[in-house]
Parts: sequence; structure tokens; C-alpha cells
Amino acid sequence: MTDDSRDSHGALEAPSLDCPVPFGAYERITLAHGSGGRLAARLVHDVFVTAFDTPELRAAHDAATLAFEGRLAVTTDAFTVSPLFFPGGDLGSLAVHGTVNDLACAGAEPLAMTVAFVLEEGLELSVLSKLVRSLADAARAAGIRVVAGDTKVVERGRGDGVYVACTGLGRVLRPLAPIAPDAIEPGLAILVSGPLGDHGTAVLLARDPRGVEVELVSDAASVWPLARTLLDANVALRCLRDPTRGGLVAVAHELAGTAHTFVLDEASIPVRPEVADVCELLGLDPLHVASEGRLVAFVEAHDADRALALWHASGATDAAIVGTVHPRDVAPVVLRTRLGSTRVLDLPAGEPMPRIC
Amino acid sequence: MKHVDEWRDPTLLRALADRIAREATRSWTLLEVCGGQTHAFVRFGLLELLPPTITMVHGPGCPVCVTPLEVLERARQIALRPEVILCTYGDMLRVPGVHGDLLSARADGADVRIVSSPLEALDLARRSPDRVVVFLAVGFETTAPTTAALIELADREAITNLQVLAAHVRVPPALDALFAPTATANTNVNVNVNANANANTDDTAQTPSDTNARIDGLLAAGHVCTIEGADVYAPLSERFGIPIVVTGFEPVDLLRGVLVCVRRLERGDAGVENAYTRIVRPEGNPLARAAVDRVFAVADVPWRGFGVLPGGGLAIRERFAAHDATRRFALPLVGGTDEPIREPTSCRAADVLRGRLRPLDCPELGGRCTPETPLGAPMVSSEGACAAYFSRRSAHT
Repeated sequence: MTDDSRDSHGALEAPSLDCPVPFGAYERITLAHGSGGRLAARLVHDVFVTAFDTPELRAAHDAATLAFEGRLAVTTDAFTVSPLFFPGGDLGSLAVHGTVNDLACAGAEPLAMTVAFVLEEGLELSVLSKLVRSLADAARAAGIRVVAGDTKVVERGRGDGVYVACTGLGRVLRPLAPIAPDAIEPGLAILVSGPLGDHGTAVLLARDPRGVEVELVSDAASVWPLARTLLDANVALRCLRDPTRGGLVAVAHELAGTAHTFVLDEASIPVRPEVADVCELLGLDPLHVASEGRLVAFVEAHDADRALALWHASGATDAAIVGTVHPRDVAPVVLRTRLGSTRVLDLPAGEPMPRIC
Repeated sequence: MKHVDEWRDPTLLRALADRIAREATRSWTLLEVCGGQTHAFVRFGLLELLPPTITMVHGPGCPVCVTPLEVLERARQIALRPEVILCTYGDMLRVPGVHGDLLSARADGADVRIVSSPLEALDLARRSPDRVVVFLAVGFETTAPTTAALIELADREAITNLQVLAAHVRVPPALDALFAPTATANTNVNVNVNANANANTDDTAQTPSDTNARIDGLLAAGHVCTIEGADVYAPLSERFGIPIVVTGFEPVDLLRGVLVCVRRLERGDAGVENAYTRIVRPEGNPLARAAVDRVFAVADVPWRGFGVLPGGGLAIRERFAAHDATRRFALPLVGGTDEPIREPTSCRAADVLRGRLRPLDCPELGGRCTPETPLGAPMVSSEGACAAYFSRRSAHT
């Protein structure tokens, strides 16, 4: 990449038709990168295909074709985060973990995923490269192949930097014993795989430290190993869910539906002291804050201890049994507080706001 | 967390609850003034720990709830101006105004930001000289001093693009409004002043909707008292013959406040007692009060759900007019007049805020009135008594 034609003002000359454009000459994404022309092609090849390096992408088809046997799980997600880079992850790794985790909750082994990037004009290429490499690394570590992708560029001011939308495909491990919300019934034990709220508070502080001097790291990670541990051991598992946006309370509300009451035990729910402290300062409740690397599992009561032991043995040492499913009483989700009193946990109207009162 | 966990110790709380149960030989009705205290009672399930002899009613100490619709509408209109950055505390963002809340104004193009301190607004103004930063200042005497500091700093540094939309309110007029109509009822005799001739005359059963609930004692808002001091309540206590206990916000603080109040009531003592001594001094914070006096004048302001309260709020003094958003943005209000904006009349906010109607007894609670579809002030903000009780209603069938 030694070509560097500049005019008398030092500005880069427009590329001639027969001269390959020096890719390194552009430091930022421009509308030209999204136009389907040479710049776009170079972007796709040099940034994306090189990083992901899968046979499907190298085949340069319009669609990837995959051989498949068994029951297919499909999920889709759009990812946006501010700031793009935070302690413990970035938009790229988050895209992989979010996708893989949704598959894991269906009891599906991750196989392949697609990535569609919407880039804002003006985004630094170095930032994009970093995110893409991070995505690629996370995908390899999680055992999922990036098999198809797309890029679009939108005008400056319309994009918040980068958005990624992903579709994930997986193979359901136990197709005859599906784990799903409708398999939830009274008597089940509710487990969580680790401390809650790390991701949400880490991102909040990364966005605006507010003078708080504490190292909070996102828990974003693939939960497939946790799910697999239970599935391989044939634990009497009924449902899995990852407590992302809205935290444990949001997930509980979704799953409790109209037929059940989940009774959670406050003293049993693991929350790191630093996370609890930051939430206390900001007026947030950790039970409403997102985790991106945790699982909530609904297990038949007789097998709950074994499930917990398996998780502990696999390294999830803070996993805990946090509640039980009851027939619907008066509210979908209820908390037995440390004081022995009972509190209804409502779903907040929107994103929890830091408060003074 | 230090300074927090000790005050939530379950063993200590159960011991306090036992004490209260043993020492209260008859029924007492206590009012906690501050919305934050109401929330703590509900959040920690403390009401369940109290014996049936103790009834808690909730007071008007929610500055967010009592912010008038006119102010919210003004804030929204100011925020929609392209040169403006409106900043305020997170608590204010979801309070429904006439056309939605400040958060949804963002969807209409308003630049609305959350701050934790008014000084963040000053910083923003310094960094954005081409914008006008408007700080919507709410709160009781607790937060007024920091707003005063903000205005004085902006004045001293001539940061003319910093404006304040002041909506601070004061506690004493609200307490006067609470007690004045039922002054004759506040003795040790259990009398229900009842305007309805057909009402139940059994004085042991209160019919909430139509009676003026007797208030035997007050738990004063601890953080207001860090500024105002404890002694400021002595005249009120004497005038109405009720004990007033300065109380904090953690569970142990609240139950201790109740216990101290019950003890005074059992002895027949009125008077003021400070049960939040780790934070509140008898003289309060004179420096903070002096700053407030320099910047603000006491003013008659409307309270949502109450009407105009004489001396109920603070207005920026003439000296600091350059930072007064109401002068910078002289906007016509909704409908083009300065008439107060009407609220749906079925809301019993005035009664709830005076402790005369318990939210759980309001027929609209959970029906037509919910956090998503609030009928009035105490449901609009997550701090309001009705909002606090909304979550609790289902635990009580």
C-alpha cells in the first residue's frame, strides 16, 4: 500500500479507474465504502473476511450453504452499545456473546452466525478493525463460525458509530426434551449461574464514571458451556434464560406469565459488593440491571442441588439457587427480603434512571 | 457497604419492631413527611414489621410529585429549543406533563440530560458556549443550597449561558397545610372530624375516604433537617401538640424514628427529638441556609395537587435574574395563558399528600390510576406514595 497520490494541498486524489486505491489511505469510513464499489469490496475483504477467515466467506457467495442434521435453532439480535469499548468487552464480542447465549437458552450448540454492520460515515477504520477482530476472536472462542455478512454506510449523524445485527444458528442438543418457557411449572427451583448486574453497571460507569473509582468489568461471555454442563449431565432442566436488558426481574416477569409466581430469596441472589455499592449510589436496583454472561435455569426441585454442584465444579463458584416457582398468587414476581418481609417486584416502565431522592 | 449495611441489619430491625409492639399500648397514626422515607418503608417491607397498632400515613414530601404541571410544561418547551440543553435529576425525567414527559421530549428533538449534581450543569455550560444550559432545579431545602451554589458560581464566573428553572419547595408551609384544618383533632382524644353526616360514628374504625385522618406524630425528613436543623420544628410541635422526630432513611433509622415517636406519645409528650444525630445537628447547616437566602426569596407557589401554598417555594432573587430561566425564556404556557393547567378531578392527590387518604384505600389505585396511566401527582413519580403503594397492592389481598 505505497500508492499515495496527493494534490498540491495534500488532499488525496480521487482514485483513477485503473489504479487500486490504497486502502490504508482512508482513515475513516466514507459513503463510498457502502456504495458497493471498489472501496466497499476492499473493506469487506481486508477488514471482515480476513478477520473471520471462514470457508463460507472466502467462497464469496451471495449466501452460505450449510450441511445440517437435526433440529435447528435460530435467533436474531441487533447490538448497540455506548461506549463501543468497555471493561470486559466491546460491541464486537458482545454481538457474539448475545447471539450464542440466545442459542444456548434454546439448548442449542452454536454453529454459525451472520453479521450485518451499519457503519456511520466518519467512523475510524481503526475502531472498526478492532471491533471486527474482537468479534472474530470471540466467535472462535465460542465455537461459532461467521458465515455471511453485510455492510451498509449511513450518513454522519445517523449512526452512533456502529450497529451490528446478527442471526445465529445452532443445533438443539435434546430435541425430545425441549427446554422452553412453557415447560415451567410450580415446584421448579430457580438458579442463577453467577453474580448479577456486572455488565450493566460496568457499561454505565464506562459511559460516565461520575467520579466513582472502582473497577467494574462486564460479565459478557458465552454461556453455552454452562448450558452444556447441565444438558450433558441430563439435569432435569426445563428452561434457560439469560438476564440481559431489564435484568433478573425482566426475565422473571416474561417467564412467569399469567400462571405463575416466582418467589425469589433476596439473601440468596449473588451480587458483587462493588456492583451493589455502585447501584446503591446511583439509585439503581441490581435486579433490574443487565448481565451478558449469566444464565437463569429452571430445574426440577429434586435435581436442583446436583445442577448447582455441576456449575460450581465447572468454575461458576457463585452460582446459587435463588427461588422457586409457585402457582400464581398475587403478582408475577415477589421477593422475600432479608428482613423476612415480602415485596412485589414490578417491571419498571423503562430504563432505570439514576436518582437523587 | 459501610454506613448502609449496619442500618439494614435484620436482627436489629426485628428487635426494634418488637420494642414498638410492646411499648405501643394503643393505636397511633404517624406520618412520615418525605417521599424517600415512604419508599424505604415499602421497599424494605417495614410496614409488615410494624404492629397493627401503628398506622403509617404519608406526607407531601415528594418534591418531584408536587412540581406543578406549569413548570413541567415550561421545562419541556424550553428543552425543545434547539440551542438549549436541559439538564435535571433522573427523578424528573418520567414525570408526565401535559404532552408527555421530559424523556419523551428527546424523541421530539429535545436535548435532555441527566445530572447527579447541579455543578455538572455548570461544567456543561463552560464546555458548550454556543448552547444555553438550563438546569431544572427541584427539591426541598435539601437540594436548594447546591442550586444556590450553582447560581453564585455562574454569576461569579459570568457564565451567562447557564440558566436555572427553579422549582424548589419548602416543607413548613406543607406541614401547616396538613395540620391547620384538623388542629382541633390533634389531642389525645381519638376524634374523627367528619364532614359527612351519614358517616360511621364508631371512633375506632376510620372510614378513610371521608374522614380527616388524625395524625398523632410526625417523622420529619432527615435530610431536610441537615440543612434546616431540628429546632425549626419546635413551633409546629407546640402549636399542634404533636411529637416530631427527625428521622433518617435506612430501615433502622425509620423504625427508631417510629419507636422514639411512640415513646413520646405514650408519655403524652409533644416536642422535637432528633433520632438522626449522625447526620443532623440541632442548628442544621447555617452556611447552606445563608447561600439559599442570598440567592432565593421565599415565594407563593402552586403545588401540584395542593394549589398555591403561601411561602411554599423559592424564587430566584432579582440580583441573579441573569440566570433565571423564566426571564430568559418568557414563554406563553399551554393555551397561551398563565392559568394553572387543570388536572383530572378524580385524583385525590390533595388528600393523599395530607395523609387523609391512604393510597391503598383509593378506589382508582391499580384501576384507572397506574404508573403508566397516572391520574395525578402521587402516582406520576416513582417517589410518590401512590406509586410506592402500587407495587404493594398485590401483596395485600
